[in-house]
Amino acid sequence: MGDGNGKPGRRLPPLLRQLRDPLGLAFAARSRRSETLTPRTRTADEVVRSICPYCAVGCGQRVYVKDGEVVQIEGDPDSPISRGRLCPKGAASESYVNSPLREYRVRYRAPYATDWQELSLDRAMDMIAERVIRTRAETWEEADAQGRRLARTRGFAWLGGATLDTEENYLIKKLFTALGAVQIENQARI
Amino acid sequence: MSAVPETAARQPRAWPGAYGDEARPRVGFFTDTSVCIGCKACEVACKEWNRVHDSIQGFSGSSYDNTLALGANTWRHVAFIEQRKPAALDGEAAADSLVQLAARRQLADEAGVETHEGEGIRWLMSSDVCKHCTEAACLDVCPTGALFRTEFGTVVVQEDVCNGCGYCVPACPFGVLDRREGDGRVWKCTLCYDRLRDDQEPACAKACPTDSIQFGELDELRERADARLAELHAAGQGEALLYGADPGDGVGGFGAFFLLLDEPEVYGLPPDPVAATRRIGGVWSAVGAAAAALAAGIAAAFLGGRR
Amino acid sequence: MIVIQGSNMAECHPVGFQWVMEAKLRGAKIIHVDPRFTRTSALADIHVPIRAGTDIAFLGGIVNHILQNDRWFEEYVRHYTNAAVILDEGFEDTEDLDGFFSGWEPDRGQYDNSTWSYAGTGPVAAGGHKEQGAAVSGEQAHGAHGITLERGRPPQEDETMQHPRCVLQVLKRHCSRYTPEMVERICGIPRELFLEVAEALCENSGRERTGAFCYAVGWTQHTVGVQYIRTAAIVQLLLGNMGRPGGGILALRGHANIQGSTDIPTLYNILPGYIPMPHGHSAGSLDAFVRSNAPETGAWGSMKAYLVSMLKAWFGDAATGRDEFGFGWLPRIDGDHSNYATFDRMLDGEVKGFFAVGENPAVGSANGKLHRLALSRLEWLVVRDTTMVETATFWKDSPEIETGELRPEEIATEVFFLPAAAHTEKDGSFTNTQRLLQWHRKAVEPKGDARSDLQWIYDLGRRIRRRLAASNEGRDRGILALTWDYPTQGPHGEPDAEAVLREIGGRRADGTFVARYEELADDGSTSCGSWIHAGICADGVNQAARRKPGGEQSWVAPEWGWAWPANRRILYNRASADAAGRPWSERKRFVWWDERQGRWTGHDAPDFVAEKPPGHRPQGGAKGMEALRGDEPFIVQSDGRGWLFVPTGLMDGPLPTHYEPHESPFPNPLYEQGQNPVRQRFHRRENPYNPTFPDQGWEVFPYVLTSYRLTEHHTAGGMSRSVAYLSELQPELFCEVSPELAAERGLEHGGWATIVTSRTAIEARVLVTDRIRPLRAEGRAVHQVGLPYHWGGRGLVTGDVVNDLFPLALDPNVHIQEAKAATCDIRPGRRPRGPALLALVEGYRRRAQGRGTP
Repeated sequence: MGDGNGKPGRRLPPLLRQLRDPLGLAFAARSRRSETLTPRTRTADEVVRSICPYCAVGCGQRVYVKDGEVVQIEGDPDSPISRGRLCPKGAASESYVNSPLREYRVRYRAPYATDWQELSLDRAMDMIAERVIRTRAETWEEADAQGRRLARTRGFAWLGGATLDTEENYLIKKLFTALGAVQIENQARI
Repeated sequence: MSAVPETAARQPRAWPGAYGDEARPRVGFFTDTSVCIGCKACEVACKEWNRVHDSIQGFSGSSYDNTLALGANTWRHVAFIEQRKPAALDGEAAADSLVQLAARRQLADEAGVETHEGEGIRWLMSSDVCKHCTEAACLDVCPTGALFRTEFGTVVVQEDVCNGCGYCVPACPFGVLDRREGDGRVWKCTLCYDRLRDDQEPACAKACPTDSIQFGELDELRERADARLAELHAAGQGEALLYGADPGDGVGGFGAFFLLLDEPEVYGLPPDPVAATRRIGGVWSAVGAAAAALAAGIAAAFLGGRR
Repeated sequence: MIVIQGSNMAECHPVGFQWVMEAKLRGAKIIHVDPRFTRTSALADIHVPIRAGTDIAFLGGIVNHILQNDRWFEEYVRHYTNAAVILDEGFEDTEDLDGFFSGWEPDRGQYDNSTWSYAGTGPVAAGGHKEQGAAVSGEQAHGAHGITLERGRPPQEDETMQHPRCVLQVLKRHCSRYTPEMVERICGIPRELFLEVAEALCENSGRERTGAFCYAVGWTQHTVGVQYIRTAAIVQLLLGNMGRPGGGILALRGHANIQGSTDIPTLYNILPGYIPMPHGHSAGSLDAFVRSNAPETGAWGSMKAYLVSMLKAWFGDAATGRDEFGFGWLPRIDGDHSNYATFDRMLDGEVKGFFAVGENPAVGSANGKLHRLALSRLEWLVVRDTTMVETATFWKDSPEIETGELRPEEIATEVFFLPAAAHTEKDGSFTNTQRLLQWHRKAVEPKGDARSDLQWIYDLGRRIRRRLAASNEGRDRGILALTWDYPTQGPHGEPDAEAVLREIGGRRADGTFVARYEELADDGSTSCGSWIHAGICADGVNQAARRKPGGEQSWVAPEWGWAWPANRRILYNRASADAAGRPWSERKRFVWWDERQGRWTGHDAPDFVAEKPPGHRPQGGAKGMEALRGDEPFIVQSDGRGWLFVPTGLMDGPLPTHYEPHESPFPNPLYEQGQNPVRQRFHRRENPYNPTFPDQGWEVFPYVLTSYRLTEHHTAGGMSRSVAYLSELQPELFCEVSPELAAERGLEHGGWATIVTSRTAIEARVLVTDRIRPLRAEGRAVHQVGLPYHWGGRGLVTGDVVNDLFPLALDPNVHIQEAKAATCDIRPGRRPRGPALLALVEGYRRRAQGRGTP
């Protein structure tokens, strides 16, 4: 169909164009831009297989990447689950990942402060690690009143969303359980 | 109604002839509203693909519809129509106001009359779009050549040509053409012209979860629609009808037509759309050598001025 | 035939709904049972309006209809369920005890479930081994995974199913009061409409036909949520609709990986693959734990192998038999440590630190105010998300700042906000609603400080371990023994997600990959992070990443992604064949016994021991899968049967029975006991309850309140209020009310209304619609107020927080809040601002307590 590769169409001299389309309603009216239109799905550097991040139907997505940016996300027609279709949220996935509301910097709010301040990621990670270790030590429960072993902390808790990957959940459960934290929960209960 | 000879009505003017070998089969949409779930994936997929501007307005109160109409920033629009069709309380008219109904139900309540609540409500949803008319008045009145008939038989506004004169706006019997605030140009569904050129279906049709929006060659879509209509009629849905599938109508048939579950007016669609160009002096109504020559002359005059 | 109930599938799972539409086009009947007429109802053949919170009465009515009219699938029920099992003499039903089962302990407010057992098993066995206390999740509280049965056989059965104490007769009697008239009275559903549904379901079940139920949080978010699903299970077992194509009970889950985060849980009471967390009450040894938490027969008979393999995956070479493979390093639970209980402690200052990762409890949890106040008592809070969510900014712009209840200058909480990567910025797998793991690949690198949660947790773990490296503390042995070395890649040192998946999927001693869970051993020779995922990397291939196009394979599409366990797409699919292994019918053939090959075969991977013939009878002393017969398809149960009666595992009864929601304007016509007696409550100032019928003041909150989602938004809004194309489709919070209620309260369509509960008041635009119908229940009209809950204070569109209206009143088994049925008042106009809002709510509370005039 058409010049499938999005290459510019053959352009006739104006007089010939008018002869073919004397009313100027079609061929003769087609602009240079229109003749060279190429969908960005065609010009993408890469098409990456993905899965929709919203509900749990698990619709297949194809993520089109150009110059290191996501430029389009569409349904994956190969998926036996979704057959290439998407709902409004799935169809808006590109707007979601490129939302102007995305945050890309760490923010820190000190006790009693009325505003955020900047903090490096590395420093934030060190501070968080320090707080986990300190809180755990302060709230460690080795045994209950009857002397039964508990080996745990209830000094800190975790509530995860359900858009985290399986592998992420696995490492979270593994790390925090090994640390003795038991209040590890996620959206599934909410 | 139609003064246009059938042969002329069946095909858009200047198509496929103008394109010679480059002409493609005419394509369009068949929107089967009987399976529409009102999800609005079409609205979003369209905007995503075409990078249409968003326009966050307030709560409209119009059922679940907050974009309200097709326009420069909404090229697919899903209408929601809540209908009450009381089954109980015989003899009452069907289209009462909500308040009247509430009052009557309370009356029935007080009188101890059983009202059966199981029936009587319909929520119609329908995704509207530019009709890509066979006889497209917008295209005919465009003085700059911004609007053109593509090799696929669709009608497209070219953003690099449109100067925002707005002649096309009143010409459209459906109110589809609309100037964008700020930029002044006219924007509407292109049937994803860029995607068509690359053998890809339009974004809305691709996303549609229930295949309510079907894309394809128009002839084949019309056959599909006839079969679906027959199926619904056989299943007792006698109110189902095709809208815009008839080449004999006032715009020569739509390139994007519909299966509706009620009269077009119910969906806010004109029941009997007529191309504005038919009204203004019948310029296009008599097809003959003389008229064609005249038309060519007019077109040439425009062409001369536009490039 | 598809019954959608407790779900608004067309709106919340639109792309999944294409299959419902396809079924409809092929002649299937679609029934939607829901308080509201939604986009799902609009496409269904029949919409059944139901009073929110009464689904057990409706489904119990169907059970009664099936049993009274002999519509059950006799052969299926006799072979595949526990219908014939004779129950313990001590069991007494709610019908005998006015709304309580036997074992009620009023002082503890809990059940002793020892009489809810099979006759002849004795009270100890029936209650599991009584390892657990009462305050933990049901699964644990009453014996993890079923009762221990000698050779997998219930001791006493009556093949004729006539014995008055056999399950079928007990069930029949239990449900006998759920007549069409009672359904009408409780649910507000006209009896003819109820009968139409019940009959349609019966007609579309049996050898030649199957029917399915689809549900979602419309069933789970109740104080009797688990029992809703139990009632559906009874219906489907009686009709022979389990384990068969076109049948089943489909949980439509609402988040991309909510199934995966349950299977490999970030949940307090389970370990990967639904192995219970060890409990402080246990003797402490690995063997004692296994003895008291797993039956000897069925798939759970091998729990020790699953657990030891997991410990090997976690602790590697440090996990040896001498050290019980590190079992002692796992922490012990001894109560409810679930999310709401944790916030209850947080409010008391007992929780110092909190991580909210991809979750926004300030908007998404019931009684948001309680949550936000609790956050202000923390020492430190870490929020990770893609956008700035309300939980991260509670200290500066929460509703309590406006009312003056919180002041930033007085909040000591230290807050870290860390930007997270989106799905396109990382590798990993989502498990969809049908247990299908699908791999997604990274398309671009995350920008700035944004990182995947995988990278972040890995980094955090490394920093913690580095700091503890020199420790000799006993409590640090586990964390230091942890296997925490993954190959990294990319500019941020991202751990290889496939390496994590390989650890989950399991390895043999020689390092090759486990192919199936049956290979796992209890001697430490295999490692496997999650036994139900064993084989997901069989042959070293990431099975979740398989992408053979749907059009190029069978309709079951076994080569797209991978479903746990063992890539089985329908659980219990051995039940798709009769006792002799023949398909019930040609139309519904799915998995069957191939006599010639001597194995089970079919369209799906058989959920059964492949070579076990239908006529297999276990030897004396057989354990595990060996102990189940060839005609017992429900292989995770210790008796291989589908349980009509649940002898163990539930906190609130072995049979479902109708109770009113925690907040209800109606009595329970069945019993004096109105509500689920073991529903979980939090009695504290910050969590006040509305008076419920017939308590004094219930009329102050006369309307039924229910909450829900819209297609155009996602949950608490973090992923949709940040997107303009979605925000413009539903820009403002609105309430849906009937014309009758609008008239009664003077609400103006398009205007504003204020919705009030004892917790708070919020404002919403008014959508007057015939789609919300006043129902008649208990002989009087009841109005329902519907509220979608997607808005909060931040984002492109904002609005009040609907969840703020709901109390913490939970299902006792799973600790899920009742957000689908509560009571409220509604009044015209916007809500007051600032302290005046508190005064309004206080006025309501006083009136409800009889301390003020209306």
